[in-house]
Amino acid sequence: MILNAASAHHPDPAWRGRITAALVALFLLWPMLIASEFKPWTLLDAQSLGSTWHFLSGFFPPAHSREFLLLMLEATWQTISIATAGLTLALLGAIPLTLLATKSLSVSLLESGRMRLAGAVIRQGARWLLVLLRSVPELVWALLLVRIVGLGPTAGVLAIALTYIGMLGKVYAEILESSEAHATQSLLKNGSGRLAALFYGALPASAAELVSYTTFRWECAIRGSVVMGFVGAGGIGQRMDESMKMLAGDEVFTMLIIFVLLVACADLVSTFLRKRLA
Amino acid sequence: MVEPATIALLAGLLALVVASFYSLTIQWAELFTANAVRSSLEFLRGFAPPELAWPFLVKIAEGTLETLSMSALGTGIAFVVGLGLALPDSGRFGAVARALIRLVLNGLRSIPELVWAVILLIAAGLGPFAGTLALAVHTTGVLGRLFADALENLPPAPETTLRINGASPMAAFFYAALPQILPQLMSYTLYRWENNIRAAAILGVVGAGGLGQMLKYHLSLFQMQQAASVIIAMLLMITVVDGTSFWLRRRLTCN
Repeated sequence: MILNAASAHHPDPAWRGRITAALVALFLLWPMLIASEFKPWTLLDAQSLGSTWHFLSGFFPPAHSREFLLLMLEATWQTISIATAGLTLALLGAIPLTLLATKSLSVSLLESGRMRLAGAVIRQGARWLLVLLRSVPELVWALLLVRIVGLGPTAGVLAIALTYIGMLGKVYAEILESSEAHATQSLLKNGSGRLAALFYGALPASAAELVSYTTFRWECAIRGSVVMGFVGAGGIGQRMDESMKMLAGDEVFTMLIIFVLLVACADLVSTFLRKRLA
Repeated sequence: MVEPATIALLAGLLALVVASFYSLTIQWAELFTANAVRSSLEFLRGFAPPELAWPFLVKIAEGTLETLSMSALGTGIAFVVGLGLALPDSGRFGAVARALIRLVLNGLRSIPELVWAVILLIAAGLGPFAGTLALAVHTTGVLGRLFADALENLPPAPETTLRINGASPMAAFFYAALPQILPQLMSYTLYRWENNIRAAAILGVVGAGGLGQMLKYHLSLFQMQQAASVIIAMLLMITVVDGTSFWLRRRLTCN
């Protein structure tokens, strides 16, 4: 048990295995390090250190002149309203698509055990549309829309609307399908309309979940609308992009602080809403 | 029965929505005029057919590899640093260290990858290295917090027993805590990797490498057919990653 005694002094019992695994991983990572031009030492050369220092030393004190703060207030409101308007449009688009995509609202499936062909085609089509809308990242939508509708918040609103129609539609359909189907089915079997079956059957059962997912998405939309500003879709992101290009560290620092606070507030509000409405 | 407070809340939400639309002054009219529709259609028609020449496909493959590498390295670094920071964050080195590290992690986490990339471009220069660092920094915040929560929720008995019997804090961690939570840590990390592949695909839009950089480049030169190929490559990559992870998850949960 000499070997055991020797390894007992080491704080980690499985250190040999771990080090071997780390070496193997490093070997496998090697091509990745090359592909991603991983050169940490470039961080330490004089030019890079100089420009970093120059930029960071501008951070203090953060910009706090009156005009600048007013400008920030306006930009922050724009970010919030882009997210809110985008999500509202997404809701308007997602609800009809959800109704089309939800399997448990199929009348023909109930009656004959099979969907009618037309119903199946429309349902599948709606699903594919949802997949396409949410697979394209919102930033790419924004990049394309900026070229169609021009710089400014309109592109941001539309980009959020398009992406979130896809996300909301998919998750709404999943929530409705996983809810207790009995009420909906007996309503449909007894000849109620699809909308009535939805409102009296599926919706009350899953309302809390739907609301909580929507508020969660609103929080994500706020982050998203900041990010989309960097491609010219308005709000605080666009201001940050401009300040970065001028290397105005004090302005960037103020915006970072505002941004962290904004995300924290959105988090609080959405937690509150979920508790309140759920 | 609806409470008045809920009604007030709903009214507040409605007011927020109305105020948002009102203050944004979206140019609806310009969106739906015949002229606007025609120019959008023309814009979209420019995408077809996507560029499929062999040399360009090779470039796309390189871009995809770069994107995947960025995401894997970023996540790997975040795993190591996040675990390192999760130890003080789970209160193993006192309450002061815990509060301090928690603040740092929250800061790292609430600034998105893309904003980090823009800031890190100054230190790391244009290219995928800045993107990798940006992913690493943001993911460290996310994973550090998740790891710390996992460590705090762990049944403390095994570790305490070792500590009472005189083991050092790190030894107790390695012998008692780590083996218990490693599977959970791995599943968090894989989940974040999946997220980071999506993020890595778009980071290039600000100049931080990968497919996004190609997209931005070709779009700004109005080379729509090339841009279309890049977008298709992004979609394919995301679909393959989603499919693989769905399949893996089902395999893992079934067995």
